[in-house]
Amino acid sequence: MVNSNTYKQYFNIWLLLMFLTVITVGAAQFDFGSLNIPIAMLIASIKAGVVALHFMHLKYEDGMTWIFATYPIFLLFLLIAFSATDIFTRVVN
Amino acid sequence: MSQSHSFDKSYLEDGTGFKSWFFTHDHKRLGVMYLWAIGIFFILAAIASFLIRFEHLTPGQTIVDAQTYNVLFTLHGAVMVFLFIVPGVAASFGNFLIPLMIGARDVIFPKLNLYSFWVYCAGAIIFLIALAAPADTGWTFYTPYSIDTGANVILVTFGVFVLGFSSILTGINFIVSIHKLRAPGLTWDRLPLFCWAAYATSLLQVLATPVVGITLLLLIGERYFGLGFFDPAKGGDPVLFQHFFWFYSHPAVYIMILPAMGIISEVIPVFSRKPIFGYKAIAYSSLAIALISFLVWGHHMFVSGQSKLINIIFSVITFAVAVPTAIKVFNWLWTMYKGSIELSAAMLYSLAFIFLFTIGGLTGLFLGALAADVHLHDTYFVVAHMHYVMIGGTVFGLFSAIHFWYPKMWGKMFDEFKAKIAFVLIFIGFNIVFFPQFILGTLGMPRRYFNYSPEFATLHQISTYGTWILGIGFIIMLYALLRPISNKAEANPYKSASLEWAMPSPPPTLNFEKIPTLTASTYDYGTKLEQEA
Amino acid sequence: MPFMKFVKSLALPSEMLPPIIEEESHFDPETEHSAAKLGMWLFLATELLLFGGLFAAYAIFRAKYPEMFLEGSASLDVVLGTVNTVILIFSSYTVAIAVSAIQENRIRLVKWMLWITIICAAIFAVNKYFEYSYKISNGITPGTDIFYSIYYAATGVHMLHVFIGMAVLGVLLKKVNEGRYHKGNFTAIEIGGLYWHLVDLIWIYLFPLLYLA
Ligand code: HEM
Ligand SMILES: [Cu+2]
Repeated sequence: MVNSNTYKQYFNIWLLLMFLTVITVGAAQFDFGSLNIPIAMLIASIKAGVVALHFMHLKYEDGMTWIFATYPIFLLFLLIAFSATDIFTRVVN
Repeated sequence: MSQSHSFDKSYLEDGTGFKSWFFTHDHKRLGVMYLWAIGIFFILAAIASFLIRFEHLTPGQTIVDAQTYNVLFTLHGAVMVFLFIVPGVAASFGNFLIPLMIGARDVIFPKLNLYSFWVYCAGAIIFLIALAAPADTGWTFYTPYSIDTGANVILVTFGVFVLGFSSILTGINFIVSIHKLRAPGLTWDRLPLFCWAAYATSLLQVLATPVVGITLLLLIGERYFGLGFFDPAKGGDPVLFQHFFWFYSHPAVYIMILPAMGIISEVIPVFSRKPIFGYKAIAYSSLAIALISFLVWGHHMFVSGQSKLINIIFSVITFAVAVPTAIKVFNWLWTMYKGSIELSAAMLYSLAFIFLFTIGGLTGLFLGALAADVHLHDTYFVVAHMHYVMIGGTVFGLFSAIHFWYPKMWGKMFDEFKAKIAFVLIFIGFNIVFFPQFILGTLGMPRRYFNYSPEFATLHQISTYGTWILGIGFIIMLYALLRPISNKAEANPYKSASLEWAMPSPPPTLNFEKIPTLTASTYDYGTKLEQEA
Repeated sequence: MPFMKFVKSLALPSEMLPPIIEEESHFDPETEHSAAKLGMWLFLATELLLFGGLFAAYAIFRAKYPEMFLEGSASLDVVLGTVNTVILIFSSYTVAIAVSAIQENRIRLVKWMLWITIICAAIFAVNKYFEYSYKISNGITPGTDIFYSIYYAATGVHMLHVFIGMAVLGVLLKKVNEGRYHKGNFTAIEIGGLYWHLVDLIWIYLFPLLYLA
């Protein structure tokens, strides 16, 4: 798994992450209205994906690990979706 | 792996004294210690519940005052849930059985297993310390009361947080063990159903527990640092606490019941002398329960002020989660159909499980139906429902396991006759305690109330008398189990085909001298056996 | 042979046995390695859901009180937040190198990388300390409003993970110094590395959510 290329790859990944950090901060200087958060989350997710795939070696792992790595994201989505559905369709009288 | 363990000695003889137990890595000893621990906490919490019932013998004050009453039901609920039933069958019999059933020498992370036990002990000690200044919030710690009450909430919630860690670590251990340590030939479709159930339970433990962990941490933060998440005065939302709490606690009811279902799936075929019916349906329904149970938590919140839309959504999905459960019940019944049924004590508890759990499950559907729940919520109907599920289900399943694996665990035989007498008393007593509570609930008797109006007196009294029968039943059961009639058990007294019975009773510390290879399912015995004999 | 006894006691026709053929234990190093990784990923899943409660609270209250969040996040120090982001990402990079280096027995490189990672974590913590004390001295506490509740709770729980990560890395470093890890035994470093990456991952989300909202 480790070869002479590995470290160079890590370095490139690190550069990419730095670049994305610049974009994160840069994008925040502009107002995209309601898209602000989605854009910020998209960039963050790309960064997170890069870290997971390359630094955490998720790209070498088997399907089971992928399931365990991604299923909690679905559950988190569920938690947000259902509680938000309640809170924003509630009628207080 | 240490080679010093001999295969001629059983795990019980392999070292004596406190240290050989409290520092052991042996999954069987850990399982036994969990069993003792949950047993002790069960007795403690049961005593609290008998006091609650005694208080209800007459309207108004009978033996304790109102504040003590609040403390008692909180103590009862919290100890039963967090110290008894959530670790419960999974930590005790899961630890004892999973490696034996999958043909491994231990769980995959034996040291971690010991740490989980220590963390459990730490949580238990925190609970016991908290008894000095007990909480009065009920086991659910609902905000805003839990933020405002003068009682000590922080210590109990912290105890629950710690116990959650134990639960998570045990869950990880079981999942990875089942993935990585199955003996050659023990494919997923040959995996004993108890292991399937434990696997699904572990998934829930790993994925649901952290959410209640952060929720309780935030609750502590609200009381300690003035965080505002759940405090309406600060713009927070107390119902959000309920969302977070039930995101864990609904899956948690399956953490409580799934392992018991696994036990029933093991016991029924053995005493029906038939292969299990619908192996795949039972196995996959465990997984289905683990997945769907994350989608229904809001059925605990129908009258919390939750929005109408989400009420309807949750009510509808709740009915879906009943399907995999019903699948299991039908498969158990079908397994028994035309079998030669032997009514051993273990089998009696399993049969009672099917009967009582079905009542508990069906009344659960009443509560999941939005319109009915508006009337029934927070009444004794709920108390009756949950005890039919938790005692009629989980506790009866646990008792079935205690009797069934008794020879394997202790290398001794108990007196079936006494055990059956105990069973009859427990079964009758249980129904006398809790059936009237369904009626009380529909008549409008609210739960967690210290006082009640005189027209409820008769039903309350019947219920209280039932606890006395139940209590006597427990005592006889303990007596039968603690005084074995023979100090020698065969390897396989019940002629089960499962792997754990292939070892001497009790098994040696490292279980298998050579790791076995399986070429067939462990349920392939039964009718054919009798026909050819 | 207990199993043979078992077979006889069942008296099953032979084609129906759950038969057992003798074989070696498979509790072998390869299994242990892959199991440890799977276990760690499961643990990371629980960590993610632990923070999940905070992310969910953020989503809901941010939608409910947009102005409060804009104001609150404007009051946070973007420069300090960015510096901390850069530090954490760099420490993720160094830990990744350490994990690969140990597999080639490049022990000195491993030591260097672990040291750098720990120092990065320490700098992160010091920055956070200044940030907190500045806020608190201005009278801004967790109870000020919901935004600060989330700010303190999320960064606080994250900080706790930084400290745990530092402790883990410290123990690993100590054992590397003792010569305990090498090409044939590096699982612990890999697992510890995974944990540290998670600390970074969480921050990658917290940073834009809190500082740049
Ligand atoms: C040993 C026999 C048991 C008896 C006689 C019993 C009786 C009671 C009684 C009288 C209450 C109070 C009802 C109220 O006023 O709201 C109660 C509540 C409760 N019981 Fe039991 N119970 C028993 C076993 C169990 C078991 C095995 C569990 C398993 C988890 C359990 C879990 C609970 C819970 C969660 C509550 C709610 C506490 C609360 O309102 O905060 N009980 N029980
Ligand atoms: Cu529920």
